[in-house]
Amino acid sequence: MDIFSLTAETLVTPIVLSFVLGLFAALVRSDLSIPEAIAKGMSLYLLFAIGFKGGVSLADHGIDLTLGLTLLAGVILSALIPLIAYAILRVLSGLSALDAAAVAGHYGSISIVTFVAATSVLESQGIAYDGYMVAVAAAMEAPAILSALWLVTRSKGGGTMEPGLWREIMLNGSIVLLIGAFLIGMITGEEGLKEIAPLVIAPFKGVLCLFLLDMGIIAGRGLRKGRGVLDAGALAFGIIMPILGSLIGLGTAVLIGLPLGSALLLMVLSASASYIAVPAAMRVALPEANPSIYLTLSLGVTFPFNLVLGIPLYLALATAVIGG
Amino acid sequence: MQTHKAKRVEITIEKIMLSRLTAAIEKADVTGYSVLPVFGGSGKSGAWTREGSIGRGDGMVQVICIIRPDRLDTLLDAAFAVVERHIGVVSIVDCEVLRAELF
Repeated sequence: MDIFSLTAETLVTPIVLSFVLGLFAALVRSDLSIPEAIAKGMSLYLLFAIGFKGGVSLADHGIDLTLGLTLLAGVILSALIPLIAYAILRVLSGLSALDAAAVAGHYGSISIVTFVAATSVLESQGIAYDGYMVAVAAAMEAPAILSALWLVTRSKGGGTMEPGLWREIMLNGSIVLLIGAFLIGMITGEEGLKEIAPLVIAPFKGVLCLFLLDMGIIAGRGLRKGRGVLDAGALAFGIIMPILGSLIGLGTAVLIGLPLGSALLLMVLSASASYIAVPAAMRVALPEANPSIYLTLSLGVTFPFNLVLGIPLYLALATAVIGG
Repeated sequence: MQTHKAKRVEITIEKIMLSRLTAAIEKADVTGYSVLPVFGGSGKSGAWTREGSIGRGDGMVQVICIIRPDRLDTLLDAAFAVVERHIGVVSIVDCEVLRAELF
């Protein structure tokens, strides 16, 4: 399948169209909104379901060397990508060293919603992927934050990593739920999955649609608020960086020998930018950095790009390099 | 009815900083406070609302302490050490309370 037909096929899905609806609603200033408690509930559901299914998949296939190598690669990618992102930002945009470092930290970390959307595309295309990629996603959340703080300390000082913050990052609710559900899935296996399939399988895509509707609204609001905050170079970075990140992810996947589905997920993890864990860490450690800049870039530019165009593009690239 | 002079300190701060602030003021022996959610508002970065917020760092809360006037500086020193670099507002209002022994 060529990239255009793949893009067309992935664009016309309830998931992407729900996101576009939310984006549209926010941009035309509709009062459509999802209450905070429902958005949080849906995010808990999605994390539990994706973690559980990943654990079941690992229980089926067993633990091997590739798992360890992929986890290690994920940690290294998360730590290294911010350094590349920072260098590109300093060349392309007029952002200060502090803002550039804060943005860079977001691009080393991951967006679990983009990851979930990519697994949904793989399932609709009938492409298998390794369940342990969920654990890789969790492992890639935090190292980027350390890299961002190191960049700030190196350039002018000011970034602080207090012990309490480190505990909050490593034990934040999303990580605990994702890894916890993964372990429950791994321990209970297929039998456990059969017992709760009506909860974690059947409603999954419907809930994902509603969640992405909310994400569309948030992204649209972010774009509206962020207008004027980003210069052309920073906007270009929001598109260039995920593509570059995906290529780095693809190269790493080829080196490790990952199959197509898992390679795509590593590309998506490398291409996506955080908008949950890292912004919270940055507000504590780098409060002088402007949140409008990093949130608009990660949530308003890179997230929609990855969801609508990036995933099909990365899948086409991975298929061309690794083969279907 | 007999009333007693007190100070009402209102600290509006990012939600992510709440546990740090309450730990600091408790360390300063200010153990009585209330935490209220802030539904939305507008500031230097423009308008914002809690609706649809997904991040742990999103949103603001308000911490309200009512204390004896002689305890004010201790509380402000402790609070300021936490909120100094962050978005937020600290305001102090004169008030009166009925049961002075509670504050």
